Amino acid sequence: MTVRFHRLVRTLAAVAFAGVALPALAQTEIQWWHSMTGALNDRVNEFAKGFNESQKEFKVVPVYKGQYPESMAAAIAAFRAGNAPDILQVFEVGTATMMGAKGAIKPVAQVMREAGEKFDPKVYVPAVAGYYTTTKGEMLSLPFNSSTVVFYWNKDVYEKAGLDPNRAPATWPEVMAAAAKIKTSGSSQCAYTTGWPSWVHVENFSAWHNVPIATKENGMAGLDTKFQINSPLHVRHWSNLQEWSKKGYFTYGGRTNEAEAKFYSGECAMLTSSSAAQANINRNAKFKYGVAFMPYYADVAGAPQNSIIGGASLWVMSGKPKDHYKGVAKFFTYLSDANRQAEWHQKTGYVPITLAAYDITKASGFYDKNPGTDVSVRQMNNKPPTANSKGLRFGSFVQIRDMFQEEFENMLSGKQDAKTALDNAVRRGDEMLRRFERTAKE
Amino acid sequence: MEKRVVFRSWWLPYVLVAPQLAITIVFFFLPAGQAIWQSLLAQDPFGTNVEFVGLDNFVTLVHDEYYLASFKTTAVFSVLVAGLGLVISLVLAVFADRAARGAGIYKTLLIWPYAVAHAVAAVLWLFLFNPTLGVVAHWIKGFGIAWDPLLRDRDAMILVVVAAVWNQISYNFLFFLAGLQSIPKSLIEAAAIDGAGPGRRFWTIVFPLLSPTTFFLLVVNVVYAFFQTFAIIDAATGGGPGNATEILVYKVYKDGFKALDLGSSAAQSVILMLIVIALTVVQFRYVERKVQY
Repeated sequence: MTVRFHRLVRTLAAVAFAGVALPALAQTEIQWWHSMTGALNDRVNEFAKGFNESQKEFKVVPVYKGQYPESMAAAIAAFRAGNAPDILQVFEVGTATMMGAKGAIKPVAQVMREAGEKFDPKVYVPAVAGYYTTTKGEMLSLPFNSSTVVFYWNKDVYEKAGLDPNRAPATWPEVMAAAAKIKTSGSSQCAYTTGWPSWVHVENFSAWHNVPIATKENGMAGLDTKFQINSPLHVRHWSNLQEWSKKGYFTYGGRTNEAEAKFYSGECAMLTSSSAAQANINRNAKFKYGVAFMPYYADVAGAPQNSIIGGASLWVMSGKPKDHYKGVAKFFTYLSDANRQAEWHQKTGYVPITLAAYDITKASGFYDKNPGTDVSVRQMNNKPPTANSKGLRFGSFVQIRDMFQEEFENMLSGKQDAKTALDNAVRRGDEMLRRFERTAKE
Repeated sequence: MEKRVVFRSWWLPYVLVAPQLAITIVFFFLPAGQAIWQSLLAQDPFGTNVEFVGLDNFVTLVHDEYYLASFKTTAVFSVLVAGLGLVISLVLAVFADRAARGAGIYKTLLIWPYAVAHAVAAVLWLFLFNPTLGVVAHWIKGFGIAWDPLLRDRDAMILVVVAAVWNQISYNFLFFLAGLQSIPKSLIEAAAIDGAGPGRRFWTIVFPLLSPTTFFLLVVNVVYAFFQTFAIIDAATGGGPGNATEILVYKVYKDGFKALDLGSSAAQSVILMLIVIALTVVQFRYVERKVQY
């Protein structure tokens, strides 16, 4: 009996010892939840692998958690249950929600400062950095993948329709003149379509024409912001779209990126959508195509200004042990390396988020070899950003965007005119902003 | 002729129902209670800033014309889904019951769609009805009918109703078929000898004897249309065009899980819960009286 008892004690002691000893030897694991699929997912895994091999102390574990809204919802549920990831990739529409969640996140600038890592927000492209920086100048999240709206056109169809295939229409009237020619010549069954209606025809449309989307610097200077998208210019553009839709020049494609398939399948000859669609178009299009700046209205003073970004950034969640933050900071330094950034830009089609990454890419001759890949960069940096074009920040913007798009659809289906649609969008959007303001008090 | 079982000991019946009670409490009463509590709060998604707001969430909803419009959409959708689902599957069951040859194959094929997940069913129909790629859309256009579920409300509604009905028919079919097979053949034969035609035999004998099954399926289908169809809506139309296919349960899902507005979402689910309770009570009180067991 005693012998047995002793053996039991010894075993227990050994187990206990092993239990204590193991974590001391093990690396600190950094959980990184993201929404990158396919080739992008591979790149994310390469980042983690490269970092893990470069040092022994930390191990970054990337986990795909579904599309942007899903991974955000998952992280929020995890946070409420007390086991949030260390790093979370959040899309730009979720930015205000993250900023409003004061207790849930740890500003990137602070994480870097506390870990003693070198961090200079000035290395980032202003149009990108502005998006994730508070009015006090503190950077809250690390820019990761950003894209912007560009214009694509099918050169083969242009040629068939008797248009100059090497010249993209610069203004909206020119786009529609081209659409009319394409339709009447029957060279394509659909002339123009668009992805992301709100992002293209509200948000970027406003920035590109240097008109506000909302008061308080598009919501960046305060939560008491109000939408201003029912201005005469907005109404003019939307009622044009309605008319073009009736005439068959514009074909509605859906609320997200469905229209991109309409373009690369050859169904539609012109497209406005994300610059990040280029990789897909390249792979699938069986025709020559070009990439150009977004169209604008030439009679608007100051247009074209600069376009704003979409995409996502990396947020650091609060309430983690100190050594986790040290690892996160080291990993962010690794990610921010100019060469790594340049490679990310070239291989993914996202815009370069640091100025150095752009310079490296340019010096390597990449833009000359791959025409059109620098359009997004040049457009984003077309002019120094103004209060109207440095970005936007609205709470509950996932819902609000849907509302804008619902009103847009109701306009295209002929239920209401452009003025009514935009008035409704403003009224419904403002209601959501007030609700958000209430729960996200400073 | 009521049958009653009398227990000798007072505690045995409680022990016997305890497991079911436990499940009901854990999976129904607790979540429902939580929904009611959350419907009285306003909070940011992370729950770091929670404020008790009383009935504010409900007041906002009542003043939201889009939410009110959703009731109408839900009514149209549910009546169509439950109605069409029951009628079509009853017709199929009657024919399958009569089939002399290959009945097994018919039955298997008819039961198949039930194994298809809602979202998959929606994508399948979405593909068939896609204005540019879809085969069905091509036929429709062949008849000279304009078809665009992306912008035309009615087309979008047809799309989601077809997907929802198709997914549910198998379930209804199974119950109807079982119901039909339990009707004594002698009754039908007797009626036939008395000179009743097939139509009359169906309406005077088969249909009344099938009424318990029909009633059960009516309740199940209404609950299905109200609660389980959000995956179909999400995958097929996302509630659009505009809000034309935004039924109540889809709005609960969208506001809660996509937009992370938990207060409003909880308030909506409380309202939805009340509606379904009311509907079920009505069904049991008024419709069940016409049922012959």
